[in-house]
Amino acid sequence: MPDAAPPPPVLQARRLSKSFPGVQALDGVDLDVFPGEVHALMGENGAGKSTLMKVLAGLCAPDSGTLRFAGREVTIPNPHAAAQLGIGMIHQELMAFPDLTVAENLLMGAEPIARFPGWVDRTRLKSAAAGALGRLGTRLDPGARMGDLTVAQMQTVEIARALARAARVLIMDEPTSALSDHEAEALFRAISELRGQGLAILYISHRMAEVFRLADRVTVLRDGRVAGTDPIARVNEAALIRLMVGRELPGARPRSGCGGGQEVLRVNGLTRLPAFAGVGFTLRRGEVLGLAGLMGAGRTQVLDAIAGLVPAGSGEIHLLGRPVRIRRPADAQRHGIALVTEDRRASGLVPRMSVAANLTLASLRRCCRAGIISARREAAVAEEQIARFRIRTADRHQPVEGLSGGNQQKVVLAKALLTRPRILLLDEPTRGIDVAAKAEVHELITRLAGEGLAILLVSSELPELLRLCDRLLVLREGTVSGELNPRDASPEEILRLAMPVDPDSAPTPSP
Amino acid sequence: MSNPTQPCPVLQGGQRSWAARYGLVIALLILGGALAIRLPTFFTGTNLLIVARQISINGILAVGVTFVLLTGGVDLSLGSVVALAGVVAAGFAHPGDWPLVVPVAMGLLAGTLCGAANGLLVTRGRVAPFIVTLGMMTAARGLALVLSGGRPVSNLSPEFTAIGSASVVGIPVPVLVFSAVAALSAVFLNHFRPGRYIYAVGGNAEAARASGINVHGVKLLSYMVCGAMAGLAGIVLAARTTTGQPNAGVGYELDAIAAVVIGGTSLSGGVGGVKGTVLGALLMGVISSGLDQLNVSAYYQQIIKGLIIVAAVWLDSRGKK
Repeated sequence: MPDAAPPPPVLQARRLSKSFPGVQALDGVDLDVFPGEVHALMGENGAGKSTLMKVLAGLCAPDSGTLRFAGREVTIPNPHAAAQLGIGMIHQELMAFPDLTVAENLLMGAEPIARFPGWVDRTRLKSAAAGALGRLGTRLDPGARMGDLTVAQMQTVEIARALARAARVLIMDEPTSALSDHEAEALFRAISELRGQGLAILYISHRMAEVFRLADRVTVLRDGRVAGTDPIARVNEAALIRLMVGRELPGARPRSGCGGGQEVLRVNGLTRLPAFAGVGFTLRRGEVLGLAGLMGAGRTQVLDAIAGLVPAGSGEIHLLGRPVRIRRPADAQRHGIALVTEDRRASGLVPRMSVAANLTLASLRRCCRAGIISARREAAVAEEQIARFRIRTADRHQPVEGLSGGNQQKVVLAKALLTRPRILLLDEPTRGIDVAAKAEVHELITRLAGEGLAILLVSSELPELLRLCDRLLVLREGTVSGELNPRDASPEEILRLAMPVDPDSAPTPSP
Repeated sequence: MSNPTQPCPVLQGGQRSWAARYGLVIALLILGGALAIRLPTFFTGTNLLIVARQISINGILAVGVTFVLLTGGVDLSLGSVVALAGVVAAGFAHPGDWPLVVPVAMGLLAGTLCGAANGLLVTRGRVAPFIVTLGMMTAARGLALVLSGGRPVSNLSPEFTAIGSASVVGIPVPVLVFSAVAALSAVFLNHFRPGRYIYAVGGNAEAARASGINVHGVKLLSYMVCGAMAGLAGIVLAARTTTGQPNAGVGYELDAIAAVVIGGTSLSGGVGGVKGTVLGALLMGVISSGLDQLNVSAYYQQIIKGLIIVAAVWLDSRGKK
């Protein structure tokens, strides 16, 4: 934290502006980042966080405004220039070369050159890598193959990569979104370590708990402007949310226990080794059943099996009391099962198609007569969904890749619901979306269950599961380890059921 | 997909600048203007019809391969399938043998079967499209040589050769065929459900599958359409040259793919369409016949064509930034 006589900021932005067609992404943003501070950057999706980050990392040029690095006015035309200055970016979606070693990944583009030009000095490569890893307090082997690492370990390598280039500012975009609690803990320790070494860390996150735990100061962006910058001690959660959305959010009320409806789904002994084995449960009309568990416990794989994405090897699925076979997504769809996948970019959306085409993709038959798409009907359906889900888009013709994460997620949800499912499978429906969008998704889940939909919800956020679910199933290493009533279950109890009994067989072992 | 150096994801794809969207039309107009000045005879009705007839075969092939490129595939076998279909059609087109519909149907069938074989190997066989269609390119050529005994199939009925030489209300039949094929394909891709699915499969096959779309079926369909169009082009070519030539069509696939790419269809699939393809084929045709009539040597023409292909794609990718 900056003392009474603070050092000059290492990174200073003044009146940064950037517009895209139809969007003022940044509108006169000022930002100071001091050495030795963790500076949290918060805001709804579409508030301008990503654009600001991209400007700082040299991925995108601002329309106007100035940048100073260590007091010197600079321009950052490309990522290489950013790295040269000492700005390192840890991406949300990690980029690595899986077939190269940790050391090679670490120093990609900055390999130490041997005396004979053009040849890489392997000894120095390894020692430089080991040095950078050491600063993070990890015992990763620099010679390990990148593709064999866990997500958390790859992220460590990414951070070490920035350190090896003498970074003075680290930008981290949602670094814990793919980490288990245990791994996040290790990351927080590394961040504290780096702060102690005088690094400035710009930390982007939607998770309040992390921000309050790590940050020294927090800047909130709203609609491309700075809504406020404050020392963390001077704000609380409600104040931050107010800054982000410009209003107080009504606290979502816990669902009153219903879900006594007819049984729609019964799963028995569902198995696909090695992901999961002998999974069984029932799901009723109007019920939200939660699936809790650590990363790698098989939650996503169970949903994928029921949705036919990757069919189960054995086991029974009964719909309304009748056994069904689900071998491909079309089977599941025919039986009224819809899945909202965890990774909307990989399997939820066709990025370059329009918002309208994405919305109707899974239910296009309904907009057709004799195989011909009725432009009028498709437009009506799309406009109705855009209004109903409050999807923020220039118009329905805009490519869906131009939308913010939260709005993309709404498109995926709307698309799934347009198939008129009886059963909705939701895999991390609020991952990577902002507080306001999250509240909207929560409200939607509650409302849909109220309308009689049966919902199976996978989430890594315990508060979300506890708030939304009628019953909670805990998975541990591919098997059901217990069922809980969310009204009297404590997070500790859930964690106890989720944690591997034998620490040696943890789903994400440390090396 | 998630390339870190691509600036500002808000702008990736989709929204294109005015210059990129209308660049082809402008290029055509400028070229036309230049030709009109240098060659006063270029814009006479008869000359334009000759040009149109020259481009119709490449145009038909380009429209067909647009389907495959949109799904993210490629078809290198077009030229050989053109020859095979021409030989097969010619074999049924001797005077007094069969009514006209038989050689036409057989030519189309030959092309469609080649396309189906390509499609099945790509989907069920999980072999890369490049390899599958490279194999088909060689095999179909071989089959054409076997069926014809290595000699041109000649002595064709006048009804059959009329497909290549006759005109209806002053417009050559090949031009009519090309126009019909292009119009039907554009309507199919834009307004029919399977057409939309072709874009979805090319844009993100995994998301298409998760949406319940039969991805294999869509790909198979696009290869079959492409094969059928190659068959059609083979019939037109055989009729125009009044022989089924087993050595015809060498390199046609590359001209066709070039026309599609100049027209703005992405080689990685999901973006583009028939409108661009038609413009691309027109541009290539006007350039080559304009250069012909200006007496530019065929050798130089190849260099110019190569530069234009690269320049078109370069301009297109710049326009997206």
